[in-house]
Amino acid sequence: MSDITKQTLTELVENIKNKKLSSTDVTKAFIDRSEKSEKLNAYITNDFTSALDKAKKFDQNPNFDLKLPGIPVAVKDLFCTKNIKTTAGSKILNNFVPTYESTVTENIWNEGAILLGKLNCDEFAMGSSNETSFFGNVQSPIDENLVPGGSSGGSASALAAQLTPVTIGTDTGGSIRQPASFTGIVGLKPTYGSCSRYGIVAFASSLDQAGPMAKNVNDCALLHEVISSYDPKDSTSIDFKRSHYSKELTNNIKGKKIGIPKEYRVDGMPKEIEDLWQKGIQYINDCGAEIINISLPNTSYALPTYYIVAPAEASSNLARYDGVKYGFRAKGENLIDMYEKTRSEGFGAEVQRRIMIGTYVLSSGYYDAYYLKAQKVRRLIKNDFDEAYKKVDAILTPSTPSSAFKIGEKTNDPVSMYLNDIFTVPVNLAGLPGISIPAGHDSKGYPLGLQIIGKAFDEQNILNIAYAMEEKINFKNKITDWWIK
Amino acid sequence: MSIDLKTIKHISKLARISVDEQRAKKLADDLNSIFDFIEKLNELKTEKVEPLTSIAETTLKLRSDEVKSKNIREQIIKNSPQNNEDYFVVPKVIE
Repeated sequence: MSDITKQTLTELVENIKNKKLSSTDVTKAFIDRSEKSEKLNAYITNDFTSALDKAKKFDQNPNFDLKLPGIPVAVKDLFCTKNIKTTAGSKILNNFVPTYESTVTENIWNEGAILLGKLNCDEFAMGSSNETSFFGNVQSPIDENLVPGGSSGGSASALAAQLTPVTIGTDTGGSIRQPASFTGIVGLKPTYGSCSRYGIVAFASSLDQAGPMAKNVNDCALLHEVISSYDPKDSTSIDFKRSHYSKELTNNIKGKKIGIPKEYRVDGMPKEIEDLWQKGIQYINDCGAEIINISLPNTSYALPTYYIVAPAEASSNLARYDGVKYGFRAKGENLIDMYEKTRSEGFGAEVQRRIMIGTYVLSSGYYDAYYLKAQKVRRLIKNDFDEAYKKVDAILTPSTPSSAFKIGEKTNDPVSMYLNDIFTVPVNLAGLPGISIPAGHDSKGYPLGLQIIGKAFDEQNILNIAYAMEEKINFKNKITDWWIK
Repeated sequence: MSIDLKTIKHISKLARISVDEQRAKKLADDLNSIFDFIEKLNELKTEKVEPLTSIAETTLKLRSDEVKSKNIREQIIKNSPQNNEDYFVVPKVIE
């Protein structure tokens, strides 16, 4: 079967359960294609040899009751994987081999999946184009020299290029949804506290969430069902009743009220994005749901708030990289000199920039003016959503203010890079779930995404809306295999 | 507002990242443009707003105080750049 890698996760699971395919067939197909796709630079570390061994073992003694029976999966290199190098895209963790497994990946293996390898990402998940990785930028399968988005750029590229049937990313300010939008795939950022943060390299702990990335909404629901769990090892993990997301998926959204926030109509937004949004509104109407105009008045303050809160938390989280306990160490004349050189040589430019911002806003004399102020505005942003959800069940917005851009186009201007996340950041600040689904193409043929934002813990509802819209949109990703000779 | 080289040097000291003259200038430029953008928050009056410190505003769960991972010294030491069997080794601190 030459088209194995084109199949959805749900199809592969069915075919393995019906014994039309073995785990070895499937694993081999994804490894073959991954090996032909080195040009994309989607992998940092591959684990192909042991993946094949595991697949053979699964076939000898299969358990078809599992949700991901013998399915090979590559994951973002921000998840700690036991005995497999985990770098977070950074030089400072280039030699780090975890002795434990993240809860989210553990959940995936417990359902029968097999690790294919670790996928490239922006360094410590700080970036929107995958250009800050120590291991080089990732190419988008959509077009040559196009960014796949970030920070989960390797995940998005690998999935869209059919190097893995599904994958997981992390989303602190848009790092799942923006690359999903750029590469024509589905990406869900769950409610804060839905997926355990245990074993995920920390960036900004009050914002970080892991989430599924998939070819369609059904696959996304299935993977979310596997990774979302209450975990006592994460003190902010929330013990709520999780739905059987894939089983309860329905395209019946009649009578649902969907909000359209006027503040997302930002200055300079390309007409293509506005048109896409209007098309989305039309689809919602076609599905029998009701459109309601709403206001989220503090939207324009979300990005400045994020660029205080996230770097502040990052500067604190990244204090642990001191060249003593793990990771890279530079030579120094004394202990302090060693710390300073280790961090100067071990962190890339963007990470250093954010540590500096964070250190500044937390430093004596500036804490109230910046950090405390940002926490207050964060409250206002959350209040906006609380108010809106008195009137609507979900909110529809574009995922990004533009389609994917060329490699190198925005690297010299940090603020223009940060603006990529203008529609995704408010969702993280308010701790809400958001999903990006592919909804159309721009004039260059690059994918564009729409975002559905839900109430806290209401993933089932936004998955259903996405599922209903997906059917109407009937999106086809244009992948030409340009990188395979 | 303007962040000068002296401030950059001070922050880099606090952050324990050594920065040479050239990087310091670049960082000052970058941080100034980022803070120009951040200053937008001053448009908002927030005196009476409660800061939001955690999005999951629940009380932390208590657990019984018992040892779960035993004998993992080797695992903890394993990834250190320099160790002496049971200890992390760092450059000499006492003169």
